[in-house]
Amino acid sequence: MSLRSPRRDRASGGALRRHRGLALLLVLPALLLLGALVVYPIGYSVARSLFDASGRHFVGLDNYGTAFTDHATLTAVRNNAIWVAVAPALVTAIGLVFAVLTEKVRWATAFKLLVFMPMAISFLAAGIIFRTVYDADPHRGVLNAAAVAVHDTFTDEPSYPGARPRPGTGLDRAEGGDVKAAATTRVVLLPLVGVQPGSLPATARPAQQPADGDGVSGTVFLDFVPGGGGHPGRLDTGKKGLPGIKVQLRDGDRTVATTTTADDGTFRFSAAPSATTSVVLPAADFAAPYRGVDWLGPTFVTPAVIGAYIWIWAGFAMVIIAGGLANLPRETIEAARIDGATEWQIFRRITVPQLAPVLGVVFITMVINVMKIFDLVYIIAPGPVQQDAGVLALRLYLVSFGGGNDQGLGSALSVLLLLLVVPVMLLNVRRFRGSRA
Amino acid sequence: MRLRNTLPTLAASVVLAATATACGSGGGGTAAGSATQELKGQSLTVAAVWSGTEQENFKKVLDAFTAKTGATVSYTSTGDNLSTVVGSKIEGGDPMDVVMVAQPGVIKQFADKGWLAPLSPAVTDAAKKNYAGIWSSLGTVNGAQYGLYFKAADKSTVWYNPTAFQNAGVQPPATFDDLLKAGRTLSDSGTPAFTIGGQAGWTLTDWFENVYLSQAGPELYDKLTRHEIPWTDPSVIKALTTLGKVFGDQQLVAGGGQGALQTDFPTSVQQVFGAQPKAAMTYEGDFVGGVITSELKKQVGTDAKVFPFPAVDGGKAPVMGAGDAAVVLKGAKHPEAAQKFVEFLAGPEAAAVWAKAGGFISPNKAVDPSVYPDDTTRQFAKSVIDAGDAFRFDMSDQAPAAFGGTAGQGEWKDLQDFLANPSDVQGAAAKLEADAAKAYKG
Repeated sequence: MSLRSPRRDRASGGALRRHRGLALLLVLPALLLLGALVVYPIGYSVARSLFDASGRHFVGLDNYGTAFTDHATLTAVRNNAIWVAVAPALVTAIGLVFAVLTEKVRWATAFKLLVFMPMAISFLAAGIIFRTVYDADPHRGVLNAAAVAVHDTFTDEPSYPGARPRPGTGLDRAEGGDVKAAATTRVVLLPLVGVQPGSLPATARPAQQPADGDGVSGTVFLDFVPGGGGHPGRLDTGKKGLPGIKVQLRDGDRTVATTTTADDGTFRFSAAPSATTSVVLPAADFAAPYRGVDWLGPTFVTPAVIGAYIWIWAGFAMVIIAGGLANLPRETIEAARIDGATEWQIFRRITVPQLAPVLGVVFITMVINVMKIFDLVYIIAPGPVQQDAGVLALRLYLVSFGGGNDQGLGSALSVLLLLLVVPVMLLNVRRFRGSRA
Repeated sequence: MRLRNTLPTLAASVVLAATATACGSGGGGTAAGSATQELKGQSLTVAAVWSGTEQENFKKVLDAFTAKTGATVSYTSTGDNLSTVVGSKIEGGDPMDVVMVAQPGVIKQFADKGWLAPLSPAVTDAAKKNYAGIWSSLGTVNGAQYGLYFKAADKSTVWYNPTAFQNAGVQPPATFDDLLKAGRTLSDSGTPAFTIGGQAGWTLTDWFENVYLSQAGPELYDKLTRHEIPWTDPSVIKALTTLGKVFGDQQLVAGGGQGALQTDFPTSVQQVFGAQPKAAMTYEGDFVGGVITSELKKQVGTDAKVFPFPAVDGGKAPVMGAGDAAVVLKGAKHPEAAQKFVEFLAGPEAAAVWAKAGGFISPNKAVDPSVYPDDTTRQFAKSVIDAGDAFRFDMSDQAPAAFGGTAGQGEWKDLQDFLANPSDVQGAAAKLEADAAKAYKG
């Protein structure tokens, strides 16, 4: 193509036709390079995709059949579709917003520099950064640290996270996690386990037998003697009471009274027990601590990686679009302003349509870029969800070099990827031609 | 030629000088006593994946050989790409003399490519005398022995925090049922029983292999290794069900299955032996000790203790592990010296040199247990030796890499899915079989 288009431009140039030999000679180095670096590898991949893993036996289109029946490859195709549908549009939109906004702020250059900065970081480093950002452990992952901080502002921290009733002592765990014991007698023992003795409040004292008397009384205690021993469910020496636990007396589903346990774990209600009363320890005291969102789990991993991608590319989009913005004719905008258009109308009806060619370039560049996305997914997705996050380029690498060493199937996948990219490339080439004419 | 050799030798001699002084007082003395210097003037090249401390300690073994025979030995660390490095050396017409290879599958692959020379009768005789038969058969391809296992690893070890055990009042269990019981007691005491580094799939394959080896026995283990029985076999279903008793119990696994999947291997060790223990035990091989001493700065034997992986359902307690074998390359420049070197490795003397330095156990019966620097290492060596022919090599290491050795696919991925959903035993077995069938076919 590069050979032909100049010729067409000079239809009258017979001189060139006469010097065809010379022209060929001049183009030859470029042709050779292109041939060796582009045409030959493509041709070889296509041929290789028709052979098996060892490269010795011709298998026809079997590899393509495998590609379309393999669960992991289908997941990769689906994820690629998600990427193409979401990432380029978001990158372009965010870039546009940044570009328009920075036009109006005073520290535009500083702001642009900041947003553009991620482009200077290698994808590998960015991947590692985001792997940590998304880490599930709130002590490491900044996103979960924020999530936990916000959550804990609105809910009280449980006083005994992870505590649970001693199994086999007649205590139930209701659906919501409440611990429930029938209170048909006057005295109720509530043995709990699963609390580290060292984490008890300093005020905790040895558990006491609840004092007999009117109403319902009982003891909530840690049913574990450090070092072992004792009898499950009984108030042996060495067992400590659990202070500060909320206790409710319920009649059926109606809460009759509420109290908290004393330092030795005892509590008392003055209401008399009946056949339908029960003592309930609400779940809030035992809930496992909130751990944040599982960003890198199977559900969120692709959106998470896309987030990292946008962080890197938004700056690039912004710079290109800002360049286009600077070249826009001011008259139309000023005319609109004089006619009384609002800023939003100007943005929608004037700026965006005039910017359309630039937006198109950014969008299509991103589409091509996203189709061959590999590094971020490879680095950010942890082993167990690598397949859930898989994309075609990653899949073709893993199949070819990551253990299976089936370069036949890998080549087939690369050919598929090429076929997917070609239409977008053609579109891009067409646009270039259009803009030149 | 001379010029080309000078540089690496020069670099090596710096390290050699450093280590020579270290071992001169110890192993060097005895080796020098029986020195014959019969190989004086020969120079051997030896390659292995070892670097760092392991490289230094292996060099002490090489020095002992030099002291004994007079041959000079130069060492090359290949990094992780052993096959590639060896292959390119052979194609370049400049093969090393001796290479240390880990997996039996790689020995077979090298032998099939015609890269290896069979070991001399002197070596195989020494192997017969000093080793359990299983070790010779791991190095044997089509009736000829090519590999001599020099170093062993014990992967049937459960590491525990003695303080947590003391608080809960439990003892190291001897059977799997006792392990579950002890685990529940630990959990009642407020410390979850296990951490599992489920983010790395290999920790899960090792769990499975121990349970399977003990429950189904070595014969079925071998069959499953060669994929002669499917992964949907009742024995596999049974082992997965047993494993599910641990994986599926929120009280036994710190953070539950989901938490385990987000825990990588070093973190899992740190959770047991770090500043604030989040669990009482972690299962993995003898190399956990290295993490404990080097990264957590804790003392193995006091801060961290070990008990053998318990017997499952009345079977014998499993002893599963790995090792490193010496092979002689065909076309080696000094085949005679190379065979002599491997023969040296087959004797107790060579093993004792590294054993003294630590981080090493030998599958050699003739090695005196007193050479090991501490009780824990001695315990590992003893269990490998005592297992004799019941020792089994890590199954996933023998499977095709696409099934048993690749992150995010095959056995690793399937067991991770099982960890996330331990109630679906049949589904897990079916997935394992589908992936195995694909990988073993190729």
